[in-house]
Amino acid sequence: MQAKHLLGLAELSAADIEEILNNAVPMKQVISRDIKKVPTLRGKSVVMLFYEPSTRTRVSFELAGKYLSADTVNVTTGLSSVSKGESLFDTAKTVQALGADLVVLRHPSAGASHLLARLIDVPVVNAGDGMHEHPTQALLDLFTIRERKGSIKGGKVVIIGDVLHSRVARSNIWALTRFGADLHLVAPPTLLPAGIEQTGVTVHHRPEEALVDSDVVMVLRLQRERQRQGLIPGVEEYAKLYGLNAERLNLARPDAVVMHPGPINRGVEIADEVADGTRAVITDQVTNGVAVRMAVLYLLALGRMN
Amino acid sequence: MKLLIKGGTVVDPAARRMYRADVLVEGDRVTAVDKRLAGGDARVFDAGGKLVFPGLIDMHVHLREPGQEYKETIATGTRAAVRGGFTAVAAMPNTKPVADTPAVIRYVLEKAREAGLARVYPVGALTRGSRGEELSEIGELKAAGAVAFSDDGRPVAGAGMMRRAMEYARMLGVPVISHCEEPSLAAGGVMHEGLVATTLGLRGIPAAAEEVMVARDLILAEMTGCHLHVAHVSTAGAVRLIREAKARGVRVTAEATPHHFTLTDRAVADYDTLAKVNPPLRSDADVAAVREGLGDGTIDVIATDHAPHASHEKNVEFDLAAFGLVGLETAVGLVFTELVADNVLDVPAAVAKMSLNPARILGLQAGIIEPGAAADITVFDPEAEEVVDPALLAGKSKNTPFGGYRLKGVVYAAVVGGRVHLRDR
Ligand SMILES: [Zn+2]
Repeated sequence: MQAKHLLGLAELSAADIEEILNNAVPMKQVISRDIKKVPTLRGKSVVMLFYEPSTRTRVSFELAGKYLSADTVNVTTGLSSVSKGESLFDTAKTVQALGADLVVLRHPSAGASHLLARLIDVPVVNAGDGMHEHPTQALLDLFTIRERKGSIKGGKVVIIGDVLHSRVARSNIWALTRFGADLHLVAPPTLLPAGIEQTGVTVHHRPEEALVDSDVVMVLRLQRERQRQGLIPGVEEYAKLYGLNAERLNLARPDAVVMHPGPINRGVEIADEVADGTRAVITDQVTNGVAVRMAVLYLLALGRMN
Repeated sequence: MKLLIKGGTVVDPAARRMYRADVLVEGDRVTAVDKRLAGGDARVFDAGGKLVFPGLIDMHVHLREPGQEYKETIATGTRAAVRGGFTAVAAMPNTKPVADTPAVIRYVLEKAREAGLARVYPVGALTRGSRGEELSEIGELKAAGAVAFSDDGRPVAGAGMMRRAMEYARMLGVPVISHCEEPSLAAGGVMHEGLVATTLGLRGIPAAAEEVMVARDLILAEMTGCHLHVAHVSTAGAVRLIREAKARGVRVTAEATPHHFTLTDRAVADYDTLAKVNPPLRSDADVAAVREGLGDGTIDVIATDHAPHASHEKNVEFDLAAFGLVGLETAVGLVFTELVADNVLDVPAAVAKMSLNPARILGLQAGIIEPGAAADITVFDPEAEEVVDPALLAGKSKNTPFGGYRLKGVVYAAVVGGRVHLRDR
């Protein structure tokens, strides 16, 4: 892997993405064993800096580190104590002084991992920064699509939901368009970021229009606060217009898969019948997330040693 | 004390011409401008090959004193001004406390006198505390020395308040300088709304945030007859609105900054907080429109919006970083490199936008070199080049996005009231 850090997929080369996905295959085999442990990162320490609560991502990284025999340390900081940026600056120095070999950062500010990567001489993994990117989530999505569909090129992928606030959507847009997917976004105009149509995607406002003959449907979580922010009239109307139900899913190809980065708002962006249906691969995504994160930690640690 | 500025090319922005002449200064006044003047016992200043401008005026700077002396002081800010070729600056009122009392205005003037560098013309707050709720004592502030009124940085949100402020300012014959930004459209934004912001995951400030308030203030200027000066125009739509209003005869003038005619939102890529500024750096089309507006006279003034910040306020997450950049020491070089070299402006027109035009807007006797005028003169070497080194800036803060830029044209000296400030190099 050429990159020293994993900050975002917009700037990661296709070759590096391939290498991560290829390395995730044997990692997934490790996870399926009885004894889920390889000595790859023995003696290495992974510091997880979480400035935002996220049990799912934190646990996934933590397990990835443990399966590779790394020592993982959690530093979870409440939002209140991050009121001023000094804390990231100072924490970075501390982390470096403590001898961390890898840092995993989750932060509410876009670009926080770029700042951290400039401040310290340790590989940084972006575990989600504001509305910017969540690269490991998109990598596990790519891995899951490949596993199910063989390839990404030419496949029709539909992302439905709050693209405006979604770092998951952004990371997926860069990766999926780079690997030749036919990518469609569905959202009301109030939940689409400016200029997104210039990124090689097709934008729709009605899911029915986009779903026809799709191979992959990704559903994004809708935060209830979007109503208070005046971006949608209400959750009920959103569910009615955009929620993925069985009827809408029938427009997709019979072998289409349904993905969701979690946590799910049942009955809002996705109906129970779909979330629990046979086409949903949401639990596969969770497993694949650990495998992909193992590959990322391994490759960045390896790059640092060389 | 006599000074003879010999062999230079004098720029006269009023007549839009340049001519070879010597300039004789006695005390704080220009006493003669002519070919081959005999200076007698005067100190001779060789200006061969150089341009001699009426002293440049930057009508939009933040000197931070009183209250935020860790960013800049009147002494360090005016040192930056003379190093950048400005013999006078207009200081914005968003200090701590806000310049909404005669005491603050007098304090600023006293500190400027003590510093003895560039002249400082205070801008008074338009509303008390710049809170947009009650008029400040505009008459008292004017009597104390304020030359214009503004709530820069905290735009007056209520149209009714702005109307009353303009009516009152018109009575007193002072201009209202408006930082046009509709708060509800700009809310939470940290850069220009567009594909770059989308890619970086940063909240955008749409061009419409500026244009909505420019439109409002133009309508109110037309209604009240007040002289409206639109600060730091950054969008194509704002340029168009001002152009149309001028054609209708509305009393409006406008300024643009060097960063808005030079940089686009792409300067923010990689989360460079030095390029975080308000109004934000915009699109290619906006930059082109600002240049066009400068060229056709829609935009009257080039001002820097010099906004010093300490490094700890910039070396943080982009969301949390302060808005603003320092401009006093790079402005003239950028004007010549970006506008004069590109034939957007000829030399007299460029000089007019940094001397005569701001002088007229602020009601100052300045902007021309002639016998009897104050001896405020800028000497500029159009052939010299320099690479901007932030560490060499004379101001207290070094937050410029132009580090490493090659500028064609270097300020040689600033003469303020007959006192020569040679630029060290
Ligand atoms: Zn302003």
